[in-house]
Amino acid sequence: MTGSHEPSVTPSPPEPAPRPGSARSRRRRVLLLKSAVWVACGFPLARGLYRWFLGDGLGANPLEAMILGSGLSAFVILTASLGVTPMRRITRWNDLQKVRRLLGLWAFAYALIHVSVYLWLDQGWAWGFIVEDVTERPFIVVGTLTFLLLVPLALTSTRGWIRRLGRNWVRLHWLVYPAGALGWLHYTWGQKADLRGPLIAGAILASFLGFRVWRRVVRNRAVG
Amino acid sequence: MWIKKKPSWDTIPPSEITPYDVYLNRRQFMAAAGAGVAAAALGPSAVAAAVRRRAQEAQVGEVAFGEELRGELNDYDLITTYNNYYEFGTRKQDPAQNAGDFRPEPWSVEVSGEVHRPGRYSVEELVRPDEVEDRIYRLRCVEAWSMVVPWRGGAFRNLLTRVEPTSNAKFVAFETVYRPEEMPGQRRRVLEWPYVEGLRIDEAANELTFLATGLYGRDLPNQNGAPLRLVVPWKYGFKSIKSIVKITFTEEMPPTSWNLSAPHEYGFYANVNPEVDHPRWSQARETRLPGIRKSPTTMFNGYGEQVEHMYRGMDLTRWY
Repeated sequence: MTGSHEPSVTPSPPEPAPRPGSARSRRRRVLLLKSAVWVACGFPLARGLYRWFLGDGLGANPLEAMILGSGLSAFVILTASLGVTPMRRITRWNDLQKVRRLLGLWAFAYALIHVSVYLWLDQGWAWGFIVEDVTERPFIVVGTLTFLLLVPLALTSTRGWIRRLGRNWVRLHWLVYPAGALGWLHYTWGQKADLRGPLIAGAILASFLGFRVWRRVVRNRAVG
Repeated sequence: MWIKKKPSWDTIPPSEITPYDVYLNRRQFMAAAGAGVAAAALGPSAVAAAVRRRAQEAQVGEVAFGEELRGELNDYDLITTYNNYYEFGTRKQDPAQNAGDFRPEPWSVEVSGEVHRPGRYSVEELVRPDEVEDRIYRLRCVEAWSMVVPWRGGAFRNLLTRVEPTSNAKFVAFETVYRPEEMPGQRRRVLEWPYVEGLRIDEAANELTFLATGLYGRDLPNQNGAPLRLVVPWKYGFKSIKSIVKITFTEEMPPTSWNLSAPHEYGFYANVNPEVDHPRWSQARETRLPGIRKSPTTMFNGYGEQVEHMYRGMDLTRWY
């Protein structure tokens, strides 16, 4: 921005800048990457909380804002987590892998907020209505399934569980793909008539999943 | 634009919330008072008493229907910044943001079909100035939120006496203006444009069916359907078609936009009915904006007394 008197964002370190490719420079880049993920993923929540408690509120229909905002954030971040591996392969920046779990957990956090707002504020723990919703309305059934798939993934995301489950951990976490697809279906089903968002999201999601299939096919052909 | 949040909303009794017209009257009064020397002598309590008196006069004189809902009125900002009007975009804040280029004047409505006096009518011919009244109606959206709105306009049945439907007229079809250059939402085919709606002739002639030209005593803002819209308070909001340019009397049931878009979700009748759910959500409860708590939805949105006789013997699960 020309004419801006704000201080530069990048702090000038007193010590000499690390050489590119050194272990220290790599650590710094990973730290930056993780910080960026925290800021980006935390932004919708921080913004919502700020507006609700300190700002001008969440608009005319706060409940709708909370449910749609948390649901969309969960879906977008889940999609981003599915994009980590394709992006890593394309950019050959292997450290991208280090934010995959972080993204997955943020997606789960928003999904948990989404479900909690639905159960508590929207339905007011009225189990009769909730059971009716969850059993009779395909739109809600799909959303519930998506959430239930994410629960074991979030619970087993720690180092200890990764070690304990070994090869089974990879098998279990394959569930993130159906979760992404079901999340997309739930999002799409929630629209009244405007399908722009679902089409864009669907294209991105399909390209991420398609990338994996394509790689597998190419690899198998090379081996066989 | 977003509504200012009122953190202590739930603790304010609705009767304490100042309706916009009272607020306007108060401002006029204060301006007048400020101009004179008398205000200083009267003191604050006398000013308040005068304001109260004035507000009471306005209520008695102006509102014919729905007076008991006055305490529940939503404020002007909320009504004019949060609504569905897909012609201006699919998000609730879109109409208020995108309706600025719309020109509600000059305006005329083509009345045709099974009527003795077809032709082009001005807004003043359809809602004659001497017939203008204020009515406070509940508005229940099919999305399970609701508001209370003070409309200004005229009963639709007044219009019927002027255009004189023939005995063949069984239904009334309505059409919204098609102006993609002024209505950005119409540039994408989210729905089939122009938006169309319809009523059965007895529904159109019901005492509640209203043609609104104003809101809170002012002209309708563009985003709420200027210059002329229907208000059918016992039906879901989407039946209350906005910016009407055609009224056609027909023998056959006319097509309606949301029914064309998703026939298993939206029927022709679309009466507010807590017992018939939308396939994707329950209609048994609703959120009265701007709150977050759910309250039970009432049959015909609480207007059963005026309308239920029209649906006796009808299977409302089938005719949703």
